[in-house]
Amino acid sequence: MTDDLERRLTDATPVTDLDLERFRGTLAGRAAANGLLDVASGMVDSPLGPLTVFVTPQGLVRLSYPGEGLAVRVDELAERVSPRILGSPERTDAVRRQLDEYFEGKRSTFDVPIDWRLVSGFARDVLRVTAAIPFGSVSTYGEVAARAGSPRAYRAAGNALGSNPIPIVVPCHRVVHAGGGLGGYTGGLDRKRHLLRLEGAR
Amino acid sequence: MNSVHLPPFERLIDAHARELHRFLVGLVGPTEAEDCLQETYMSALRGYRRLRHGDNLRAWLYTIAQRKATDAVRRRMRRPTHDLDGVEPVAPPAPERADDGIWMTVRALPPKQRAAVVHRFVLDLAYAEIGERMGISEEAARQNVSAGLRRLRREVTT
Repeated sequence: MTDDLERRLTDATPVTDLDLERFRGTLAGRAAANGLLDVASGMVDSPLGPLTVFVTPQGLVRLSYPGEGLAVRVDELAERVSPRILGSPERTDAVRRQLDEYFEGKRSTFDVPIDWRLVSGFARDVLRVTAAIPFGSVSTYGEVAARAGSPRAYRAAGNALGSNPIPIVVPCHRVVHAGGGLGGYTGGLDRKRHLLRLEGAR
Repeated sequence: MNSVHLPPFERLIDAHARELHRFLVGLVGPTEAEDCLQETYMSALRGYRRLRHGDNLRAWLYTIAQRKATDAVRRRMRRPTHDLDGVEPVAPPAPERADDGIWMTVRALPPKQRAAVVHRFVLDLAYAEIGERMGISEEAARQNVSAGLRRLRREVTT
């Protein structure tokens, strides 16, 4: 039964569109100001494709290559860090700027704070050692393992590097095989080659 | 780490913000709807990590939105009325567009009837869905809609 009143209600339905992007931006800003934003995400265009960066109040916690499955990464962060994740170009701006400069050849070291919480134990030691390999040079899996305190654990070092949550900024691409082979890379070997060429290491 | 598995909060925006916004436009009008939506999500963010389960997050959001709408209508009142439990102050007409007449009358309904009518006629939901979003039974949803309509009929014909 539809009478005149019901028709009026349906016809006069107030229509107002929500600008979702602006809404999200405002919410992320307010959330951060109130200490309610635990993980901010943002996109960074790069010669290696669009990268996604995730930043906590402690620092950069993950950098994700396209093709890793963004939804999976976000789920993982929700579970391992906090479900209070919001897109926020502002909160990820410092990382974006440094990455832009790096890809333009204007920057050789990153000085954004790192949040190491996704890695622990030996893997964290390996990645910290890796973070200290200078721009333009390479190291081997064995050397990295040794500097992390276990000279014979080069295979474990390889695993740690293979699951580096913050590639590029923690430069696991600078670790290669002792025999001269490239080894592996999370983002694919083409990307590893590209980065080493960019740095003049190969 | 969380003991409960909750989806990433941004997904609650992707999935529900547009519809919640329409719901709020129906409840408080276009001018205040976006503010109410901000308040709804801010309040949800505050409570999010304390949730004990991730079931029916949509109904949870609608409950918060309805509360924020009621707060907004109360704030709009010129003077504080006898704010007794169960007694709902009637909203004065909001400064909205002129063709909005019928919806201004809707906004003066008691909160539950108002929410039910908006669910029914703005979001075009079936009674079972209205009940689910309001956390009441299908029958209670139907009753709230018809009570709201009865009241509206009185208001618009007098």
